[in-house]
Amino acid sequence: MSTIDKSMSLSGQPPATLNGSQKIAVLLGFTGLFIMLLAGFNTSFPNKALWLGISLTAIFVGVYWFAKEAYSRKLKGIKNDGVWFKSISSKGLWGWLTGIGLTGFYIVLYFFPEYLGLVKNGPNTGIIALFDPLSKFLSGNPASQWFVYGTLYTVAILAFGVKFIWKYRHNRYEIIRTISVMFFQTAFAFIIPEIMARLNGNIPYYDLKNIWPLNYYNFEKYRINAFIESGDIGLAMLIFGVLSIFVISPILTYIYGKRWYCSWVCGCGGLAETAGDAFRQLSDKSLSAWKVERWVVHSVVVFVTLMTTAVIYSYLGNDTSKYWLTKNTFLIGVALLLTTVFVIVMVFKREQFQKDARYGAIGYFVIIMALIGFHYWSGDSNIFLFKSETLRKSYGFLIGSIFSGVIGTGFYPIFGNRVWCRFGCPMAAILGFQQRLFSKFRITTNGGQCISCGNCSTYCEMGIDVRAYAQKGENIVRSSCVGCGICSAVCPRGVLKLENGPLKGRIDSNEVLLGNDVDLMTLVNQK
Amino acid sequence: MENIVIIGNGVAGVTAARHIRKNSNKRIIIISSETDHFFSRTALMYVYMGHMKFEHIKPYEDWFWEKNRIELLRGYVSHVDHKKKELLIEDARVIKYDKLILATGSKPNKFGWPGQDLHGVQGLYSKQDLDLLEINAPNNRICKRAVIVGGGLIGIELAEMLRSRAIPVTFLVRESSFWNAVLPDGESEMINEHILEHHIDLRLNTNLNEILADENGRVKAVITDKGETIACQMVGLTPGVSPNVSFLNDSGIELGRGIKVNRFLETNIKDIYAIGDCAEQQEPIGNRRPIEAVWYTGRMMGETVAQTICGNRTEYKPGHWFNSAKFLDIEYQTYGWVFSAIGKNESEKHFHWRHTSEKICLTIAFHKETRKFLGINTFGIRMRHEIFDQWLSEERSVDHVIKYLKDANFDPEFYSKYENEIAEKFNADFGTDIKPEKKNWKRIFINT
Repeated sequence: MSTIDKSMSLSGQPPATLNGSQKIAVLLGFTGLFIMLLAGFNTSFPNKALWLGISLTAIFVGVYWFAKEAYSRKLKGIKNDGVWFKSISSKGLWGWLTGIGLTGFYIVLYFFPEYLGLVKNGPNTGIIALFDPLSKFLSGNPASQWFVYGTLYTVAILAFGVKFIWKYRHNRYEIIRTISVMFFQTAFAFIIPEIMARLNGNIPYYDLKNIWPLNYYNFEKYRINAFIESGDIGLAMLIFGVLSIFVISPILTYIYGKRWYCSWVCGCGGLAETAGDAFRQLSDKSLSAWKVERWVVHSVVVFVTLMTTAVIYSYLGNDTSKYWLTKNTFLIGVALLLTTVFVIVMVFKREQFQKDARYGAIGYFVIIMALIGFHYWSGDSNIFLFKSETLRKSYGFLIGSIFSGVIGTGFYPIFGNRVWCRFGCPMAAILGFQQRLFSKFRITTNGGQCISCGNCSTYCEMGIDVRAYAQKGENIVRSSCVGCGICSAVCPRGVLKLENGPLKGRIDSNEVLLGNDVDLMTLVNQK
Repeated sequence: MENIVIIGNGVAGVTAARHIRKNSNKRIIIISSETDHFFSRTALMYVYMGHMKFEHIKPYEDWFWEKNRIELLRGYVSHVDHKKKELLIEDARVIKYDKLILATGSKPNKFGWPGQDLHGVQGLYSKQDLDLLEINAPNNRICKRAVIVGGGLIGIELAEMLRSRAIPVTFLVRESSFWNAVLPDGESEMINEHILEHHIDLRLNTNLNEILADENGRVKAVITDKGETIACQMVGLTPGVSPNVSFLNDSGIELGRGIKVNRFLETNIKDIYAIGDCAEQQEPIGNRRPIEAVWYTGRMMGETVAQTICGNRTEYKPGHWFNSAKFLDIEYQTYGWVFSAIGKNESEKHFHWRHTSEKICLTIAFHKETRKFLGINTFGIRMRHEIFDQWLSEERSVDHVIKYLKDANFDPEFYSKYENEIAEKFNADFGTDIKPEKKNWKRIFINT
């Protein structure tokens, strides 16, 4: 029913959106990309460092300039005019082309890095060679496809981060949050690991803000060995890795909700919030999408738990005199931990589960326990029926590459910018579980002020039907909410506020609309 | 099984249907001539502006109605026969009812201006008006200038919509300042400035005299009461709305400007009720007007009448008045009563604070002698509904409000806070010595 669907004419659209400066900015940005494309065709640049510098600067300045032209001449406020008329942001031709282009890039990156210039046992060529000078400057090593990806990723978060800040410059929550993701990407994901590699060659690449199960590979044998071999620092990092799962993230999630991670720190979230911001309205808000989401994302959690357990189990020994942690103690430990979590939740929080969630939880718990028990008593060497290596490889391929990369980012212009975070990320699911059941965070609905306009739901990147709660006066307490704050920003009536408040009254499933007679509300809520 | 028929699928009618379904198994039929499904009328503007598609402003997915056994019927009710308990749809089809709820909403006002029915002249109320706007003003090549007549909430929304497509807008406002029959002067003045910031050609103290046609019967210009001719391709008439009740003229249902109802939302005819914009209260409720064309009151009446229909006869008792709007980029909220210079009486005193550079201000009304807090208007600051509702019920003093204002702040985290500045100004204006208290979660949540 939008303007586009109805009208066959070429009119009926917002005015031409590019001004002269923006056209030059587009030219500049694409020149930067073009230099990389030339490098990809093995054009030999005389001074690689210079040309890489020119290319990256052109991309950054192009985006920055474009954004400044788009927003700085308008008064500050919500800038969603024409979002659903533009081809790129409403699944039109440009949207599809961008999606196909990005998907293609990810397929090459993950499965055919030789096309980017990666040469086995030889010096790099192509695009990767263009990045050699920067990589050598930082870590002393030549570049890899991952270094190229990391650099472009960081440039994207920085450039589109600036764009995001221009767009939401009336909103300090958005500004501060965006500076935070820009900082964590540049420092923690990009610079610090490279410098650590320079200081101590044994330390594996470790982005300290990447927590298991997002970095599902963190406890693989080669990494554990590398951590232990690099002395105290390595050991400290290993301990930090374990603490961040069991201590740090539960405490922060209790106080702030999962937003402390998903929209303030995480790199995937960082890209989604900055480069992906133009696509947030494309997420599916239907009830059926929510059902799919719950099953898929929690299945990934089960998968990663089984896979990691199997991998760690595979390299542990049986001899208690050598090392306290043996195959058996580890397995019992995992079983105990899962049982504890399951029992606590089922005893104290059972009433907060939907029927299908309860069945799902019980079902998965029984399956995992049966597998562990089966293995423990039968002594079969293939834990969980498959070889640990098979589990590891399939997880890496299906979830690590296809889901998080190809679909997660490549499909931004089709399914919205948080497809991976919503349907695939096991870290988001675990934090979400904590957020739903053990956290002070909620989005407060302001009495009876909601007018059901739908801006909040439309611009929710996680596909939460925010309006469904707000129009009943209910607070929004959803495990998937990443706390980006955009629902609150786009609300024209000041109805929504993200806050960390007391647990009492956090979830109130009654209709609590104000303005009406109190006795009537009692009647309305009678079950 | 009792047959409940609701005419109108706006927020009032749909809320009534939802609550009847919650409490009973009655058959529910909603009749609308406007759209197949319920949508948020207040959000129509965002469809034209491209913030949302029409499907996004429907609060319930399309399967909702069948699942909840709410039957939807598209058609225009042309006659109500209360003796036979029948409705005539488009002079053809007959529908029987046991109980009838009239929730027919409003229609835009037209005051008999010459040329008011020309092509290119329209109001902004219905889905059809939105579709018409796409024809009258799709872009600034076809619509080189639009003139809007009537300085209220719909007028400024229409101006914002047209500006989103870079269409030049002339805004004729009868009053000496925008919406100053409702807003106190300081606030009205700030909105004037903001309208100009958005490059809207605001003409205060200006009335429409006549709309001129070209040779095809399309609007080509307007003439104002200042004698000026303004060439334009579209005229938006937005001088308010009135109840949509003309189809009931000979029905025997008592009409005033709207459908007359008692406090139980019952009309003079048994088993016929009226709710929402089209209802006119026979007895005044507090300071409220007899007809309130507001989203929130429509919703409240829907909840109330549902109780009555389900056997629990309930009086319509809206609580403390509240409302909200957005003027271009400035959000507005109000709790309790703050009257304009034109509307306020002798005993109502105002405290006004405005930010030195940003478009942020507030006005607090209180009783001159008793210092009882009467109401607050805020612009660019969000306030907590619960807290003000509580303060109004407890009949707190204005001094209490200033002291605990931080509890009521609802702005997003990290926003600049102005409560200290506000208290300073209040102390200076009224010779008090109030020190604002820190925000306290216990007061906010435990007391309410």
